Amino acid sequence: MNHAGPELSPGSASRWIRAGRLRRVAGLVRKEGWQIVRDPSSYLLAGFLPLLLLFIFGYGVTLDLRRVKIAVVIEQRTPETDSLLESYQNSRYFEVRVVHHRYEAQDDLVANRIKGVVVMPADFADRLGRGDLAPAQILVDGSDPNTAGLVLDYAQGVFANWLAQEALSGADLMARASRPALIATEPRYWFNSEVRSQNFLVPGSIAIIMSLIGTLLTALVVAREWERGTIEALMATPVDKLEFLLGKLIPYFALGMGAMILSAVTGVLVFDVPFRGSPGALLLVSAMFLLAMLPLGLLISTLTRNQFAASQAALIAAYLPAFELSGFIFEIDSMPWPIRMLTWLMPARYFVASLQTLFLAGDVASVLVPNTLALAVIAAVLFGLLFRVTRMRLE
Amino acid sequence: MLERIVSLIVKELLAIWRDPKSRVILVIPPTVQLFVLAFAATQEVKNISIAVLNQDAGASARDLVARFTGSPQFTSVEFLRGEPEIAPAIDSRRVLMVLSIQADFSRKIAAGEPASAQLIFDGRRSNAAQIVAGYAADIVARYSEEILSDRRAPLTALARAAGSSAVTPRIWFNPNLEPLWNTSPALVAIITTLMGLVVTALSVARERELGTFEQLLVSPLSPTEIILGKTVPALLLGVLEASMMVAIVVFVFRVPFWGSAPLLYASMLVYLFSVIGVGLFISSLAKTQQQAVLGAFAFMVPAIMLSGFASPVENMPDWLQTVTLANPVRYYVVIIKGIFLKDMPASVVAENLWPMALIAAATLPTATWLFRRRME
Repeated sequence: MNHAGPELSPGSASRWIRAGRLRRVAGLVRKEGWQIVRDPSSYLLAGFLPLLLLFIFGYGVTLDLRRVKIAVVIEQRTPETDSLLESYQNSRYFEVRVVHHRYEAQDDLVANRIKGVVVMPADFADRLGRGDLAPAQILVDGSDPNTAGLVLDYAQGVFANWLAQEALSGADLMARASRPALIATEPRYWFNSEVRSQNFLVPGSIAIIMSLIGTLLTALVVAREWERGTIEALMATPVDKLEFLLGKLIPYFALGMGAMILSAVTGVLVFDVPFRGSPGALLLVSAMFLLAMLPLGLLISTLTRNQFAASQAALIAAYLPAFELSGFIFEIDSMPWPIRMLTWLMPARYFVASLQTLFLAGDVASVLVPNTLALAVIAAVLFGLLFRVTRMRLE
Repeated sequence: MLERIVSLIVKELLAIWRDPKSRVILVIPPTVQLFVLAFAATQEVKNISIAVLNQDAGASARDLVARFTGSPQFTSVEFLRGEPEIAPAIDSRRVLMVLSIQADFSRKIAAGEPASAQLIFDGRRSNAAQIVAGYAADIVARYSEEILSDRRAPLTALARAAGSSAVTPRIWFNPNLEPLWNTSPALVAIITTLMGLVVTALSVARERELGTFEQLLVSPLSPTEIILGKTVPALLLGVLEASMMVAIVVFVFRVPFWGSAPLLYASMLVYLFSVIGVGLFISSLAKTQQQAVLGAFAFMVPAIMLSGFASPVENMPDWLQTVTLANPVRYYVVIIKGIFLKDMPASVVAENLWPMALIAAATLPTATWLFRRRME
C-alpha cells in the first residue's frame, strides 16, 4: 500500500477496489465472449436453433386437422351410397379411398395408413328407408385419441349434413326435418379470430428457445471449466465469486436477449403473428425470464461438474418443462393435480402466459404483473442458491 | 480382434457405470420424464373455468345455464353481472369461455323464433378453445333438441330418420380414448431417442476434449473397432432403458400390451442402430462436448416434433411430410404404438422397419468413414 501514497483516503481506496472489480468483470466477460464467438456451436445455438424451432412450430406442428385419410366401405352400391360417398369426398376434412370389404380397411387402420373407416353395410338403403337409427358405422383409431375424436365429429357432421340434404331433395314432408336449430351458437375467438395455432405456438416457442440458451449453454459452462481444470487457474486469481458469476452471466444474457429479439422479429415478419403489446414490456418480461434461467444453468453446472450429467440435467430442468409443463402445447388445467402443482415452480409457465398475452392481446396488466413478479421471485431464490453453492476455493 | 473389441466395450460400460453421476443420470431422468410427461402430455381438455353472463330472467335461459354448470367438463363457473365484466375475465386468463345470453332469449324460444347464445373464447389458447367450443355446441344442441321434441308433432319414419339418425361410432384399440395409452408408448420411443443420441454423441467428443481419444488412436484398434466399441455399449444401454420403461408402462400405467415382444425387441434394435448412427455421425463432427450436445439437439428437437408425437404428420404441409420420411423417430412411434395397442403384424412392422434400417445403413458407415479420415 506504500507506493499508493499516504494521501489516499479510504473513500478513494474503495473506489480503487471497485475499479479493479469492474475491470476484472469486464475481462471475464471479454474472455467468455471470445469463447462464445470462437466456438461456432454457440452462435449456431443463438442464431440457427431459434430459426429452426420457429420453423418447426410455424410449419410442422399444427393442431389444426386437415385432410385425414379415411376409407369408405361400400358393401353394395346404391344411389344412396354414391351420394353419401360424394359428400365424404367433397368434405375438406377427408381424403377418401373406397374399398368393398371391411377387412381391407381394417388392415389399413392397423398399419396407421388411415385414421378412420366409414362402413355402409349391404342393407344401408333399406335401413335408411326404415328410419333405422344407425344405418352406417364409423370406426376410428383410438390409439391417437385426439385425432380419433375429431374424425368422429367430422364424419358424423358430414353424415348429418348429407341426411339434411337428402331430406330437402326428397319429398316435401321430409323438408320438415331439415328445420334450422332453435338455438344457434355464435362462437367468437378473441385475440385470434381466425383460430390459427401458429398464433400461439410461435410466441410460445420463444420460451423454449430462451430456455435452451439460458440453461443448456450455461449448464455446460462451469462444468467445462471443472472438467478441463481451468477453474483452478481462475481460483488462483483475485477474481471473487460475484465477479466470476457476473463474468458468466453477462455474455449469455446478451446472447439470450439477442435470440429473443431475432425470434420475435421473425415470428412477426415471417409467420405473420400479430404483436399487440409493447416492445418494452416484452424486453422486461424476457429479461426477467432469462434472469431465472441463467442461474438455473449455472447451478446445474456447479453441482454436476460434468458436461454429460449437466446436459441431461438441463434437459430435465429446463427444456422439457418449457415444452411440456408451460401451457405451450398442453393445457395446464387439464393435467392431474400433482403435475399442476409442479408447473407453479416452472419459470416457463409464467413466461409462456406473458408471451401469448403480449403477442395476441396486448399489455394486459392483470396477466403481466403477477407473472413477472413470479419470475422475479424464482430468479431471486435461484441466485441465492447459486451464490451459496459456488466455491472459489478447492476443498 | 474380438478380444480387443470386448475389452473396449467393457471399458466403455465401466466408464459410464463407475461415475455415480452418470449412473444416476441414466436411471432417474428417464423415469421422471416418463411419469411427468405421460400425464402432462395430454391433449384432453378438462377442468375448464368458464363464466356466464345471463341477462335474461326467463326459464329457458336458466335451464341452459344449468346445463353448463352441471357439465363435468366445467369445474368452475363464474357469474358476471354485465357486459363490461366480460373483457377482464377473458383478458386475465381467468376463464377460457364466456357464455352470454341476451335479455330476449326466453321470449324468443317461447315464441318459437330462433334464438342465439353467444360464446366468447380466449383465442390465446385456441386449441383448447376449439375443443371447448365443441362441448358447448353439443350442450346447446341437446337442449335445443329437447325443447323441439317436446313440441314437435309425430313425423313420418323418414323424417324421423333425418332428425335422429346417426352413424354408430366404434373406437378400436383404445375404446375409452384413454390419452395415457397413446402418450406412454410414444414416450418410450422418445426417451430412448434422447438417451441413445446423447450418450453416443458425447462419448467421442468427451474423449477428444479430455485428450484420451489420442490414446485410443495409438492403440492397435482400427476405426471400425472403435466404432463398434462405441456402438455396442450404447445399444446395450438403450435396450436396458427401453425395457425398464416398457415395464413401467405395462405394470404401472397398466397400458395393454397386445402385440409380440420379440417383434418389439427386433424393431428396437434396428431403431437404436439408426439413432446411434446419427449420434456417432454428430460425434465424429464435433470438436467439443458443447458442439456434440448442440448437434444432438439440433437433430433431436425437429426429429421428435415432426414424429407425429406432438401433432399428426398428416397435418403438416406436403413438402414437410416428405422431409419426415428421413426421420427414424416417425417410424418407431408407429411401430411401438402399433405393437402395444394394435397387435401389429410382422408384415406391417417390416414396412416401417426398412426405412430405419436404411437410415442406419447410411449413418453408421458415414460415421466410420469420418473417423477414419480424422485419424489419418
